[in-house]
Amino acid sequence: MSSAFSAINTVQRPPHASVSQENPSVSPLRSSLPFLGSNHKLRPNSLHKNGASIRRQSSIVAVSDVVKEKKTKSSSSLPNLLITKQEGLVLYEDMILGRAFEDMCAQMYYRGKMFGFVHLYNGQEAVSTGFIKQLKKEDCVVSTYRDHVHALSKGVPARAVMSELFGKTTGCCRGQGGSMHMFSGEHNVLGGFAFIGEGIPVATGAAFTSKYKREVLKEADCDHVTMAFFGDGTANNGQFFECLNMAALWKLPIIFVVENNMWAIGMSHLRATSDPQIYKKGPAFGMPGVHVDGMDVLKVREVAQEAVARARRGDGPTLVECETYRFRGHSLADPDELRDPAEKAHYATRDPITALKKYMIENNLVEEAELKAIEKKIDEVVEEAVEFAEASPVPVRSQLLENVFADPKGFGIAPDGRYRCEDPKFTEGTAHV
Amino acid sequence: MASIFQAVGAARALSSSNSFDSKKFYLTSRESVSERKGSIFVVRSDGRMNSGRVDKLVTNAVATKADSAAASTASKPGHELLLFEALREGLEEEMDRDPRVCVMGEDVGHYGGSYKVTKGLAPKYGDLRVLDTPIAENSFTGMAIGAAMTGLRPIVEGMNMGFLLLAFNQISNNCGMLHYTSGGQFTIPVVIRGPGGVGRQLGAEHSQRLESYFQSIPGIQMVACSTPYNAKGLMKAAIRSENPVILFEHVLLYNLKERIPDEEYICNLEEAEMVRPGEHITILTYSRMRYHVMQAAKTLVNKGYDPEVIDIRSLKPFDLHTIGNSVKKTHRVLIVEECMRTGGIGASLTAAISENFHDYLDAPIVCLSSQDVPTPYAGTLEEFTIVQPAQIVTAVEQLCQQ
Repeated sequence: MSSAFSAINTVQRPPHASVSQENPSVSPLRSSLPFLGSNHKLRPNSLHKNGASIRRQSSIVAVSDVVKEKKTKSSSSLPNLLITKQEGLVLYEDMILGRAFEDMCAQMYYRGKMFGFVHLYNGQEAVSTGFIKQLKKEDCVVSTYRDHVHALSKGVPARAVMSELFGKTTGCCRGQGGSMHMFSGEHNVLGGFAFIGEGIPVATGAAFTSKYKREVLKEADCDHVTMAFFGDGTANNGQFFECLNMAALWKLPIIFVVENNMWAIGMSHLRATSDPQIYKKGPAFGMPGVHVDGMDVLKVREVAQEAVARARRGDGPTLVECETYRFRGHSLADPDELRDPAEKAHYATRDPITALKKYMIENNLVEEAELKAIEKKIDEVVEEAVEFAEASPVPVRSQLLENVFADPKGFGIAPDGRYRCEDPKFTEGTAHV
Repeated sequence: MASIFQAVGAARALSSSNSFDSKKFYLTSRESVSERKGSIFVVRSDGRMNSGRVDKLVTNAVATKADSAAASTASKPGHELLLFEALREGLEEEMDRDPRVCVMGEDVGHYGGSYKVTKGLAPKYGDLRVLDTPIAENSFTGMAIGAAMTGLRPIVEGMNMGFLLLAFNQISNNCGMLHYTSGGQFTIPVVIRGPGGVGRQLGAEHSQRLESYFQSIPGIQMVACSTPYNAKGLMKAAIRSENPVILFEHVLLYNLKERIPDEEYICNLEEAEMVRPGEHITILTYSRMRYHVMQAAKTLVNKGYDPEVIDIRSLKPFDLHTIGNSVKKTHRVLIVEECMRTGGIGASLTAAISENFHDYLDAPIVCLSSQDVPTPYAGTLEEFTIVQPAQIVTAVEQLCQQ
């Protein structure tokens, strides 16, 4: 089978590769409205083109190509459908969970249950669901501060995430991480990082481990992939480029997912970037660069499947740029006055959840009642998570010094000759370090 | 007046080399010191003669078997090597022992390391285990951290410690903090090592002492090696440790030669090393300044002083037990370090000693550090920025006068 990605070797930079243009017969989720941004005058000309023919470049893929290939191989009795009912329900439930959870977070924040910086993911659910649902438990996910939904999609229980946000000891990080540092050893969520770009090298390292296990430790079946999620602002950061280089150099099994929601707090992507088309930066390092409509979970899913398969085969990394949008401000502290209301309204019509619902109902995959049942179930899950978090205890003083070192001998030797960690006051947390 | 003996395996807790090839460093036995006591009278503020408050001394409760065993193996042949070879030996033994141990850094593989610490390892273990990275310190340090979180045990080599300033983001935010921030779910058993310190006219940027910048980072340990014996021991201990450890080597110490035991040994990461026991004053030092101190000690002994020299080795956390015992015995402290005056290891050590052992001090703690000057290229100026043996002698004399 020839995959759209497999023919990439060259660094040939395509002139004006068009962004994903939907072929109406394939995807009913298209939108014919142009991208509106408050800086639309600054947009490069190529993005204005509507209805232009798709120019196929070896390294830049229009997603409809991938979808077409799959279609021809499909043996389903409904050749036009992209998903089965089961798959659709899984996607829907995950996106509803993400949305409901984030909405609850906003409520809880304004009620004074959680503090600090909380960055919500509303509107971007298609990216998280589309990508992370392609992963196994052993695969790793690395994210940024907008990480609640990545953790949820990967399988971290909602109650663990909510507890963490409330700062309780039953949180996934024992209350020590908070909103921006969601970690899970069990589900291989490697964080949650506050500084942008910081997680990308960590993700590269996790991918390196996968390759090392296969080639040095001779675990021949180790095909774990890592996904690194980050935003458009990060794509201007040095760590991004350094890791693109290393990942391509050593053909690491990693997928770099750019969640381009066009805004880095109040900095428009177009004002910050000399060449705003981030996916074009992949071929410069020798990996395929793909642009996909991040408000369409089905398209994202197709791209993700291909990228994951590529990584598992050992063909190396992929850079995927998802055009998406956050419905809320950058964080709950952001008044969000800078973005054009017309832009927000436009993207509200492209809500990924509504779109998937519409697709599934129109194609008779589900009844409305089934979807309602899922929404109710998720509401209960989120409610239960809040109750659990409320009821959980806050960390006690003895927890303060507990995880500073994996080996607590690192606190040193006290004047009396014993290791500090052996001092009973120390384990109570009342010793002075 | 004062005779100098070369003794082997003399006092307790002698973990440093006992048969140094270079005859510059002498270890006196405790017996000879007490004989000479009559030649110097150090009158303390309360009128008592220097006898020390022995009741507070706690015998070394945490000396590891490995360290004290070293003294007894001094009589066995061992083998002679240079410090960089000792580092390599330690590294190689650990890589043989655990296949998850790997090395990452610039020019560590095919080139063998810019100071030849990893020479010969890439042909033996392959290009993935001894990884030549592109010049991207922040990213490959972060990569090592990610690899450590997912099960490997990487050693990151900074070609020069100063280059790790570029990796500060990853070292501070991720290396030190992720174990805590993840609630203990991920361990980061990395070792970050490289040469630092003032060399021979290398210029300001290649002569930096990063231990002062890193010391505030919670969650890491810092050690500094100074002899082939402790270099190998600390390297092995750092690799085996579950904590992230930063191992500071010094550019000028790589060619030190010493005879080290054939048997396997490791040095304790948290312990300081007693270089020369004494009675009159405690001199705390580490890395290259140890040699300046020992050179000054020769002069001091000739003048009738009896300095106790301790190589603190563990820069974070400080071994307050060994240091405290010494302070309780001598009541005078001189710190000799290569860090800058402001905010260096000496500054922290001064604070720690003042806090814990204030009552035992007969004089203020004196800290000799490098000048707060970017290291100049000119040889004469460079000499003036770091502490020289003559200054150490003067400081000891002044301290003992009080």
